[in-house]
This record gives sequence, structure tokens and C-alpha cells, in this order.
Amino acid sequence: MSEVVIDLKGVDYSLGGVSILEGVDLSIMAGDYLAMLGPNGGGKSTLLKLMLGLIRPDRGTIRILGLPPGEAGGRIGYLPQHTHVGLSFPISVLDAVCMGMVRPGFGGIAGLSCSREDREKARRALKRVNLEAHADRALAGLSGGQKQRVFIARALVDNPELLLLDEPTASVDSANRNALLALLTELNADMTIVMVSHDISSLARGVKSVACVNRHVHFHAAPVITGDMYRMTYGTEGGDSCPVELVTHGHVPHRVLGTHDPNCDCEHGCGHSHGGEGE
Amino acid sequence: MDILGYEFMQNALAAGVLASVICGIIGSLVVVNRIVFISGGIAHASYGGVGLAFMLGLPVLPVTTAFTVFAALVMALVTLRARERADTVIGAIWAAGMALGIILLDLTPGYNVDLMSYLFGSILAVTRSDLWLMAGLAVLVFCLVLLFFRGFLSMSFDEEFARSRGVPVDFLHCLLIVLVGLCVVMIIRVVGLILVIALLTIPPFIAERRTSSLKSMMIISTVLSVVFTIAGLWISYSLDITSGAAIIAVATLSFFLSLLVPERKA
Repeated sequence: MSEVVIDLKGVDYSLGGVSILEGVDLSIMAGDYLAMLGPNGGGKSTLLKLMLGLIRPDRGTIRILGLPPGEAGGRIGYLPQHTHVGLSFPISVLDAVCMGMVRPGFGGIAGLSCSREDREKARRALKRVNLEAHADRALAGLSGGQKQRVFIARALVDNPELLLLDEPTASVDSANRNALLALLTELNADMTIVMVSHDISSLARGVKSVACVNRHVHFHAAPVITGDMYRMTYGTEGGDSCPVELVTHGHVPHRVLGTHDPNCDCEHGCGHSHGGEGE
Repeated sequence: MDILGYEFMQNALAAGVLASVICGIIGSLVVVNRIVFISGGIAHASYGGVGLAFMLGLPVLPVTTAFTVFAALVMALVTLRARERADTVIGAIWAAGMALGIILLDLTPGYNVDLMSYLFGSILAVTRSDLWLMAGLAVLVFCLVLLFFRGFLSMSFDEEFARSRGVPVDFLHCLLIVLVGLCVVMIIRVVGLILVIALLTIPPFIAERRTSSLKSMMIISTVLSVVFTIAGLWISYSLDITSGAAIIAVATLSFFLSLLVPERKA
């Protein structure tokens, strides 16, 4: 398991004269579980789209699974940030998951619908995201969080070698969020995972490495949050923002994500202690 | 029902059914891909083809078909290249095609009584040779959609995801817009180019709210189109009003009635 799955060298990307990504070097080995953190507009989704070949870099080279981006389509599972699906598109949940098994090229677009075997695979994928009971319902009738889980099932239905997820836990409730993160850890045994998140607290169990994306990319081979990462992600020097935007009483499951730089924003009180009276 | 004994009525019914099948299929794709505006642009630009045919003194349907497919391809390429301003360019081609048609007709000697029939349809004037051409187009459109159905479904459902899977989305996008062009030419005979949009969008809209698969949406739209066309024809005959307008009147009335009936999805 030592082959390089994602390899970016000197990648620049700009949009309308505004630089989005600069001098990105990133090399991800097979079996990794990478969390990409960064602020809105930092270029996280752009980085995923570059890897997928949906957009082209201004400079630099990109190799995905040893191929130029866009040519390994059938071996990658993708969860877009905003699925551009019309609210009333007439499709059943099962058929929507089947879309994840369309083969690349002209061979894949021929034909009427997916095979019995594909449908069985789709049902198994729906079971993994806890939606098997809804397989035959219309997708339009599902809630936002349920739809998100359908799209996750679509991303993993074809047993990809590489899973690229853009904000997988967005609009998913906390019970399903934990189940989902546990599922990703389980899937990581078979596939490389890259997960985009704008929320440091989503740095889940099982994440093996972290990349901070804010025009530049900093790779960290261990799942720790450093003060530098924290500053880069939240873009503040004076410490006027806190990564955990949660105020609550009682029994809160809580993890401490490593110590910040000693010279960083300590007067703000972001050192997280466990919730008071419940402990 | 001795009216059915007349050849022009038989032709009109055949043309209506052919156009309905194609409208049901292509109209569904137009609605789910949200390319109604492009379709309107193609329909109006096709008037340039009508003008060209009159000026050159050639058969109208083949010339219009060629011209419309050309205009459709230009629009398809524009929407691929300059996404964010595509609507503006389509608006320009929309108007340019119409203007070209009128100018060419002005330059053509003689008075063209047929002009209105291309704007508002002349289903009762469909000839046997028109029917054969329409049937050929219908078979072509039907086969292409059937052949690439899975591709059209995945592009319509989630274009970005389809691209990430390596689906040739650009090809499918251009193909769909050319098919819309062919479809528009067929329907011009039935309801005219100004009313094409109603027949392309109303039946799929009513169908979409009541089904959970693209296939059944196409079938329901086709059935609705056939009903609207035949009912419109009958009303046009009994009240002696323009057939195209009567067909659209039936369709729009059904559209508003359908809004009152609660939608049901499987």
C-alpha cells in the first residue's frame, strides 16, 4: 500500500484573475484518510474539482490513480458539495444510487436502466447509510439530510479506490453523522478517502492526516490541529474566533484537538474543557 | 365522424400523434435539464430557415430542419463555452433568427400567404410528404434517446457527478440540443413556432409532479400531448378557430387545472 493515489505538483488555479490556489504540492498515499480543512473560499472544493478533472489548472501537473484527472472516473466515488439536482426530478432513491455505477465513456451511456445486479449493489449501499427502507420512495420526498445520505451511497456504491467527499456531514443530524463517520473509518480499510470540511470539529476518529487549504496547502501526516493550522483555517491572528461554536450544558461528548501555539489567542479561552456540571 | 374521411384530417391526426410522441420524450428532457429558454431560442431562430426556404424556392421543411439544427449547434457550443452569459447570447440568436426570416421573406418576390401558418401552425395543411419527413425525424429522435437513455438520465440528474464519472456530458448536451431543434421543426407544422414552447413544457410539467421515473414522465407526457392535440383539433373544427391556438388553449387550461389537483408521487 505504498503507491501514490493523488499527486499534485506546483498546481496554480485562478478564476477571473483572482488566485484561488497557488503552488500546491500534495501527495497522498493509498490507504490514507485525509481531512481537508480551511475557510470558505479557501479552495477546498476547487482542489477536489481539479482532482476530478472538472476544471483545469493554470499550471502544474495532477495525477490521480496514476492517470490524468478525468480519466479515472469509474474508480472514484464523488460527493459534490451542492448536488445540482432539481427538487422535483422524477427518480426513485434506488435509481439515484444506481447513477453511481454509470461507466465512463460511450459504453456507459448506452442502455435503458441498470441491471438487476447493480440494483442489488445499490440496495447494499443504501443499507450502509441506513436508508434501505426508503429505497423505492421518490427522492423528492426525502429530507435534506436523507438526500445527503443517498448521495453518499451513490459515491460508494461502485466500491471506488478513491472516495472524494465534499462536506459529507453537511445537513446530516448528529446520530447519522456519527454513524456516517464510523462508516467512513470502516470503508478506509479498502479505499483512500479525502474529506473536505470547513469545520475543525469534524476531524473525525479514523482520520489519518490533515491538509489545511487556504490558497496554499499545508499537509500534516498526523491528525492533529496545530496553532498554525487553526490560524490558517480561521484566518485570525488576534484570536477573535473559536473553532467550536457550541455552547451547551450537561453530558457533551467532547474531544480535545491538541494544544494551540503558546503565543496564540489564549486569553480568548478556546482551550476546551469538558462541560461543567455533568462531569 | 365523417370528418375522419377527409385526407387532410387523417394527416392532421397522424401529424399530431407523431409530434406528441416526440414532444413527450424531448419535452421531458427539456424540462428536467432546465433548457426551456434555449428551446424557445431555437424555435424562434428556426424562422430564419423558413425565410431561407421561401427565398431559395426550396421545400420548407428540409431547409428549415437544416437551418434549425445549425442554429441549435451554435447555441449548444455557446452554452458549453460561456456558461455564465449563455442566456444573453441565446436571446440574441433568438431575435437574429426571426429578423433574418422576415428580411428574407421581404426580399422574396410575391405575397406569402403561408407566413402565419409557420408562426401559429397549420396542422390541417400537412401533406403526405411532410408526414413522411416527420415520421423519419420521429424515428431518429426516438432511437437516439433510447440508445443514450442512461447517459441522458445521468446528465439530467446531476451533471457534475456525471462528469466526475467520465460520462461524455458535452456530447450529450450538444446531442440533446440538436434533438430539440429537430423536435421544434416537427412541431412548427402542428402548433407553429410561437406556440412550440407550450407543447414542449406543459405536458412534461404536469407529468413530472406525478411520477418518480423519467421513463414514466415521458410516457405520461406523450399521452397528455396526444389528448391535447386531438381535443384541440376537434375544438378547432367545431368552433372554426385556428388549430394551433386551440391545441395550446386546451394545454394551458389543463395546466392550470392540474395545479388545482394535488400532486401524488409514488
